[in-house]
Amino acid sequence: MKLELRSITKRFGSLVANDKISVTVEPGQIHCLLGENGAGKSTLMNVLFGLFQPDEGQILLDDQPVSFAGPGDAMAAGIGMVHQHFMLVPVFTVAENVMLGHEPTRGLGRIDLAEARRQVREVSERFGFEVDPDALVGELPVGIQQRVEIIKALSRKAEILVLDEPTAVLTPQETDELMVIMRQLAASGTSIVFITHKLREVQEVADTITVIRLGKVVGETSPTSSAHELATMMVGRDIGLTVAKNPPTVGKAALSVSGLTMFARSGVRLLDDVSFDVHEGEVLAVAGVQGNGQTELTEALLGLGERVFGSAKLYGKELVGASVRTVLDNGVGYIPEDRTVDGLVAEFSVAENLMLDRSFAGEFVSQHTIKFSKLDEFARSAIAEFDIRTPGPAAPAGKLSGGNQQKVVLARELSRDLKLFVASQPTRGVDVGSVEFIHERIIAVRDSGVPVIIVSTELDEVLELADRIAVMYRGRFIDIVPADTPRSVLGQLMAGVTAA
Amino acid sequence: MSTVMNAANAETELGRVAPPRNWKTPIVLSVLALIVFVAFGIFGDARDVAFSWSSDGDAIMLPDVVVNARVLGWVSGVIMIIVALWSFWLANSRRSTPVWGSMLSGFLFLASLIGLVGAGGRAPVVFLLTGAIALSSPVIFGAIAGIIGERVGVVNVAIEGQLLAGAFTSAFVASLTNNLWAGLVAAMIAGALVSMVLAVFAIRYVVDQVIVGVVLNGLVIGLTNFLYSTVLTKDSQNFNFPGTFDFLPIPFLSDIPVLGPVLFDQRITTYAMFLLIPTAWYFLFRTKWGLRIRSAGEHPLAADTVGINVNRMRFWTVTFAGMIAGFGGAALTLGSSNAFVREMSAGQGFIALATVILGRWNPWLAAVAALLFGFSRNFRIWAGQSGSTIPSDLIAMTPYLVTLIAVAFLVGRAVGPAASGKPYLKS
Repeated sequence: MKLELRSITKRFGSLVANDKISVTVEPGQIHCLLGENGAGKSTLMNVLFGLFQPDEGQILLDDQPVSFAGPGDAMAAGIGMVHQHFMLVPVFTVAENVMLGHEPTRGLGRIDLAEARRQVREVSERFGFEVDPDALVGELPVGIQQRVEIIKALSRKAEILVLDEPTAVLTPQETDELMVIMRQLAASGTSIVFITHKLREVQEVADTITVIRLGKVVGETSPTSSAHELATMMVGRDIGLTVAKNPPTVGKAALSVSGLTMFARSGVRLLDDVSFDVHEGEVLAVAGVQGNGQTELTEALLGLGERVFGSAKLYGKELVGASVRTVLDNGVGYIPEDRTVDGLVAEFSVAENLMLDRSFAGEFVSQHTIKFSKLDEFARSAIAEFDIRTPGPAAPAGKLSGGNQQKVVLARELSRDLKLFVASQPTRGVDVGSVEFIHERIIAVRDSGVPVIIVSTELDEVLELADRIAVMYRGRFIDIVPADTPRSVLGQLMAGVTAA
Repeated sequence: MSTVMNAANAETELGRVAPPRNWKTPIVLSVLALIVFVAFGIFGDARDVAFSWSSDGDAIMLPDVVVNARVLGWVSGVIMIIVALWSFWLANSRRSTPVWGSMLSGFLFLASLIGLVGAGGRAPVVFLLTGAIALSSPVIFGAIAGIIGERVGVVNVAIEGQLLAGAFTSAFVASLTNNLWAGLVAAMIAGALVSMVLAVFAIRYVVDQVIVGVVLNGLVIGLTNFLYSTVLTKDSQNFNFPGTFDFLPIPFLSDIPVLGPVLFDQRITTYAMFLLIPTAWYFLFRTKWGLRIRSAGEHPLAADTVGINVNRMRFWTVTFAGMIAGFGGAALTLGSSNAFVREMSAGQGFIALATVILGRWNPWLAAVAALLFGFSRNFRIWAGQSGSTIPSDLIAMTPYLVTLIAVAFLVGRAVGPAASGKPYLKS
């Protein structure tokens, strides 16, 4: 089926998320929408899927204008979508999720479970998926959950399949497998819209590429374009794809972790006997697919975890069992993985967010009262130093863009004397310009002799920053390898396969 | 933060740290066991108690079972101590105690408690059970209304108001029309109307569901009190004398000893309650509507992306749940007391709300929880009449204590529908 989006405009208040975007997807093609976070790709697809109504413009399927009041209409017209955040009910089984909304029944509305299972098996066999129809979705790994999403779309006879940032949660191997599936689907006549910001994937799989920046189409191109050309189109200026960094000057071991173990309430091991050292002046990057214990590792180090055993000594001081405040007083700086939940108070001003961790005492507090003039002075200097784009220190942090919010967190954490810096997903949802800046600052921290731990599910980021790479799998450090380890080896480690 | 422990506390097993043990269940079981063994056994009442299974005129008469209350407490205590020790052993090897183990202990606790209170007289088992069902009936209707509401994503705090509205309307309409069935239908409509107000405010105007629910309860109480004193009491013969449904003994089945009078000699409202429990379960977990309802309460955006209109679904489901609660209100009047009384729901809607959570959003378990509450209230009535030497306030407390322990320690943490109480808004 041929899909044509004709000058789609979508506004949210004064913000123009999509500005006269036109895209044509030919049948059986893989069409990439390339653009940064916040460029308007997902908004465009939500318009296509009937979740948003366009303010202007038209959608045409096989040259016939259509309009979708809701996702039900879009699906009936043959459009399937695999959302970035899966639209699966975790407490339902695979079969229940797949049939939801078009359930096979046997009179009186009774669900025909056997038929539902058969449909799941049929689609999954066609593409070589191994998916158990009776498994609870919440208990499946994300890679399999994504396949459930694809089965869900295909079981509704989707002829156009939209994949929104599908590789964000996958290991390199799983990404390769997804590419194979995409080609297989395209060969059988399904049109595919592949939304991503990862250049390598675009070059590998796309038939046609449309680049979107700030809500506008900036050009169409072919996968033969170089990564540098694509990046320049995407960002709108010439950018360096890698941070220039000197070889590390590694000092003595600063943090020694041994036998770190953490349990869930149920007794399940979230961290399983993790041991490692981090030295002064080095970046230890923790790679792995999301949900393999990275979150728990940072929480255990920061004193945020419960049921934590083992030891983590920073210059001889035990962090396990210490309160968060003690850990911070020991000189640990921390960028949490979700800044909007754990890093910032959205309603607080930029200035207030900059002093969140020193409200007890220190330069901004005397006699239990905040010294606002001093705080304001500090905020202004931080805004200048970290290039935080904000109307002023009094602006609510929640109104800032993702990159600028992250810079606020970074400015706060780096303005203390650090003995250890832990950054979890430091550039998630951050524009490319800010990514560059944040990476440079992290390297600067390393070069000042502070041990740094980076946790990232983005292999590109890991490879960019790491001096050594630890790969986490099911709560364990499956291996710690040098920074020049090939991508394919790292991918296997991320999937739990050791070289030996 | 409270359970962070040092490496020193952790034990190692094959070189790895072993998961922490959970001693909660064995500790609770042993406390209960010791209470029974010491208070009901060693220091218990040494008189006999006669457990009676039949009343005069039953087709089949069973003889009373006479036991010594102290011996009963003693034996129950010993069995419970064995269960508790077994539970300790299980916890030590990091396994959990099966539910039937806890239930056995709970049953023995109640049995020996009944023995203690009835010592020197009779313990009428049929009376205790029939009364429990009668008293829990409105709670079960309310709980199922609450479960359906929360499953679709709306917390229905207004169950109390729906019960009360149903009770008032059924009494009034049935008196006016001289037709109990008309009263029953009117009760369902009244419940649905209260629900619709809740749904409009919660879904259309996105007001906090708990606040709307609480306010609605106050509103219904005020309204029914006003109408009761201005209309019903003026001419209660014509306006508040609906009569009750007759008892409908089911032939043969009602002659079964114990079970017959308890289950098969009831009013139509109670039979409806018996049918409602499996029907609600089947509806929620075996039909496509149930699947869609649950998806709207778990992950409304996911439901929306497969073409389910979440807010419309929520509106009509909550309205439908209100009909069930309204029916439960009719059970208070037409199925029991033959007249409307001020605030006659007396907090049972709130107890229903508690049983929704106790029953883990499952109609069967909620019904069991509601029965426990009904049993508690009936037990208190019986204990007050039996002339036991134990202070009545203490007795009145114990069943609730058992319930509290069951909830807090044996049932464990309950996780409800993920999006319950959260309005669904499209950006």
